[in-house]
Amino acid sequence: MSTLPALVVAVPLLAAALLAGTEPVARRAFADLLSVAVAVATTVLCAILLSRSAGHEIIHWFAGWRPHGGVALGISFAIDPIGAGLATFIGVLTTAALLFSWRHMQAIGHAFHALMLVFLAAMVGFVLSGDLFNMFVFFELMFVAALTLTAYRSDERAPLEGSLNFAITNAIGGFIVLTGIALLYGRTGALNLAQLGQALAGHRSDSLVIAAFALLAVGFLVKAAVVPFHFWLADAYATAPTPVCILFAGALSELGLYAIARIYWTVFSGPLSAHASELRAVLVAAGLATALLGAGMALAQHHLKRLLAFATMSYVGLFLVGLAMLSPDGLAGSAIYVLGDGLAKACLFICVGILQLRLGHVNEFKLHGRCGHLVWTGVVFTLAALVVAGLPPAGAFLGKSGVEDAAAKLSYGWVVPFVIAVSALTGGALLRVAGRVFLGWGRPGRSARGQDESGEPASVGTEDRTPAVLFVPAVALLAAAIALGVIPGLVHSTHAAATRFVDRAGYAAAVLHGEPLSNPAVQGTHGPSAADWIYAFVGLAGALAVAGMALFGRDMLRRVPARVDAVLTGVRELHSGHPGDYVAWLTFGAAVFGGAFAVVLG
Amino acid sequence: MSFLPFAVAAWLFLVGLYGIVTSRHLVHMIICLGVVQSSTYVLLLAVGYRSHAKAPIFADIPVGTQVVDPVVQALTLTDVVVEATVTALLLALAVQARKRFGTVDPDELGALRG
Repeated sequence: MSTLPALVVAVPLLAAALLAGTEPVARRAFADLLSVAVAVATTVLCAILLSRSAGHEIIHWFAGWRPHGGVALGISFAIDPIGAGLATFIGVLTTAALLFSWRHMQAIGHAFHALMLVFLAAMVGFVLSGDLFNMFVFFELMFVAALTLTAYRSDERAPLEGSLNFAITNAIGGFIVLTGIALLYGRTGALNLAQLGQALAGHRSDSLVIAAFALLAVGFLVKAAVVPFHFWLADAYATAPTPVCILFAGALSELGLYAIARIYWTVFSGPLSAHASELRAVLVAAGLATALLGAGMALAQHHLKRLLAFATMSYVGLFLVGLAMLSPDGLAGSAIYVLGDGLAKACLFICVGILQLRLGHVNEFKLHGRCGHLVWTGVVFTLAALVVAGLPPAGAFLGKSGVEDAAAKLSYGWVVPFVIAVSALTGGALLRVAGRVFLGWGRPGRSARGQDESGEPASVGTEDRTPAVLFVPAVALLAAAIALGVIPGLVHSTHAAATRFVDRAGYAAAVLHGEPLSNPAVQGTHGPSAADWIYAFVGLAGALAVAGMALFGRDMLRRVPARVDAVLTGVRELHSGHPGDYVAWLTFGAAVFGGAFAVVLG
Repeated sequence: MSFLPFAVAAWLFLVGLYGIVTSRHLVHMIICLGVVQSSTYVLLLAVGYRSHAKAPIFADIPVGTQVVDPVVQALTLTDVVVEATVTALLLALAVQARKRFGTVDPDELGALRG
C-alpha cells in the first residue's frame, strides 16, 4: 500500500528506460507487448488508487519526509478521486493508443514506445502531485514527451512546423507558470499546495497574489489552448501521429484546466473567494469564446485530424465554462464531461486512423463516397459523433447536463443556448464527415484550399482488412463512452469527490496534519432533469441540421453575405502557422487576461 | 532588497518575446526563447537572495549562519535541465528544416494555414 502511489509513476518510467536500452537487441514485438502490458498495469494501479481514495485522501510522502508543525519540506502525492479518476482515464487512453500504434505506426523504433510511457508517467504524476513545483516538472516532462512524439515524423514539412509551433508557444507558457511559482514562493516560502493555501488563507488578496494567480492561470490556459492561446493546438494535433492524437485530444488540453482547478481550490480560493463572481465572469467569457471559435473552425475544416483538433478545442471551452462556475456542481459536471467526451474523441481518432490505414487519406473530399464498404467503421464513427453531440444517455450527455445545471443554478442560465449551439456545430461537422465519407452524400467538392493532405505522410493505405487491434479498441472506447452515462451512482460519487476537491481547509488538514478528509454529506444531486433531455435533443437536431445544410444546402450557403464570408476567411487567415504570430497573440492574450484579473480581483 | 533584479527579469522576458515575434531565423528564435527562460533564472535567484548571506553549504560555516535560500537554486537547476532539453529538441528541428527544406525562415515553411 505505502509504495503504490510511487509505483504508478516509477513503473512506466523504468519500462521506458528498459525499452530505450534494449532497442539494439530486442524486436519490435517485444516493445509492443511490454509497452501495452505496462500501460495496462499502470491503469490497474491507478484504478486501485481510485477505489482506495474514495473514502479518504491518500497522502504519500516520498522517502518519508513528513511535514512537521504544518511545514512540508518533503514532496507529496495527494490523491483524491478526481485526480485518481483522471489518472485511470489517461491509462485507458494510453493503452488504446499503444494498441492502435501496433499496426498504424510502421517502421518505428522502441523510442516511440518509450516516449509514450514517459508521457503516461508524466501525466499520471501531474494529476497526483500535491506540490506546485512538481506539477511544473511533470508538466514540462509531459510537454517534452509530447513534443518529441509530435516531431516523430519531422522529415515532413507539416509535422516539423506543427511541432515547432507547439514547442515555442508551450515553452513560453511553461516560463509564465514558473514565474508565477517564483512569486508565490517569494511570498510564502512554500511549494506544497496545502501549505501555500494555509499561508495565503488569512490574507486579503494583494497585487502580488493576484499577479501570481494571473501568471499561473495564463500559463496553464496556454497549455489548455484557450482563446487566444489556442493557435498551436490545431497545428500540433493535426500533424502528430494519430495514436498520439488520442492522448492529446483526450487528456493533454484537459490537464491544463485540471491544473487551474487544483491550484485555485488548494491555494487561491481563500484570498480570492471574495471576488469569485467576477472571476467567474472572466472565465466563462474565455470558455465561451474558445468553444464558439473552435466549433466554427471545426466546421470549416476538411482535413479530418485538423477538424477533430478544433472539435477538441471547442469542448475544452465547454469544460472551462463548467469549471468557471467555481462550484462543486460545475466541477463535477466538467469532470464527467471530460471523460465522456475524451473516450468518444479517442474513438473518432481511431476511426480516422482506420481510414488512413485503408485508404491513405485524411481529407474529407478525397475520401468522399469511397468508404461505403467500411460499414462498421461508419457505424462506430457516426455513433461516436452523436455521443460528442450529446446523445443521451452517454457520458458526454451526463457531463453536459451537469455543466448546464450548475450554470443555471448560478444565474448563468444564458450560457445554455451557447452550449447547445457548440454541440450542434461540432457534432454537425462530424456528422457531415460521416455522411460525406461513408454514405457519399453531398457534392464531390473541389479540393479545398490549403494544407489538406498535410499532416501525416500517406505511408499507409495499403491494408485491405481492418486489423482487430484497431477496430476492437475503437468499439471498446465507444462502449465505455456510452456506458459511462449509465453507471449507477456516478453523478453522486463525482459530486462527493468534487465537494472534497474544493474543500481547501480539509485538504490542508489531510496533507499537513494527516487528518483524514472524510466524505462530505452531499445532498440534492440528481441526474439530468427533463430540461436537460430537451436541451440534448435540441442539440442533436441542430447537429443533424448543420450536417444536412453542409451536405445539401450548398446553394443556400452560396448566398452567405459577403461580409460574413470575409470575416470567416479573416479568422481562418489568423491561423497562419507562423510561430512569431502565435507568440504575438500569446503576449496579447496574457495582457488581456492579466488586465482582466487585475481589474476584477484588485 | 533592490528592485533591480525584478526589473531585469521583466526586461529579459519582454525583450525575448519581442525577439521571437520578429524573428526571421529559427536559430535566432530558439536563442530568444533562451533569453525568455533566463528571465526566470534571474527571478528565482532574486527571490531567494539575502544581502551579506553565505552560500548554503554547511561544510565550513557554523550552523545558524544566515545563508541564501537553497530551494530556489535547486529550482533554477531543474529549470536549466528543462531548458536544455527543449533547446536541444528545437535545434534538432531547425537542422531538420535546413536539411529537408533548405530554409530556416519560419515565414518560408508555411505548410499549415487556416
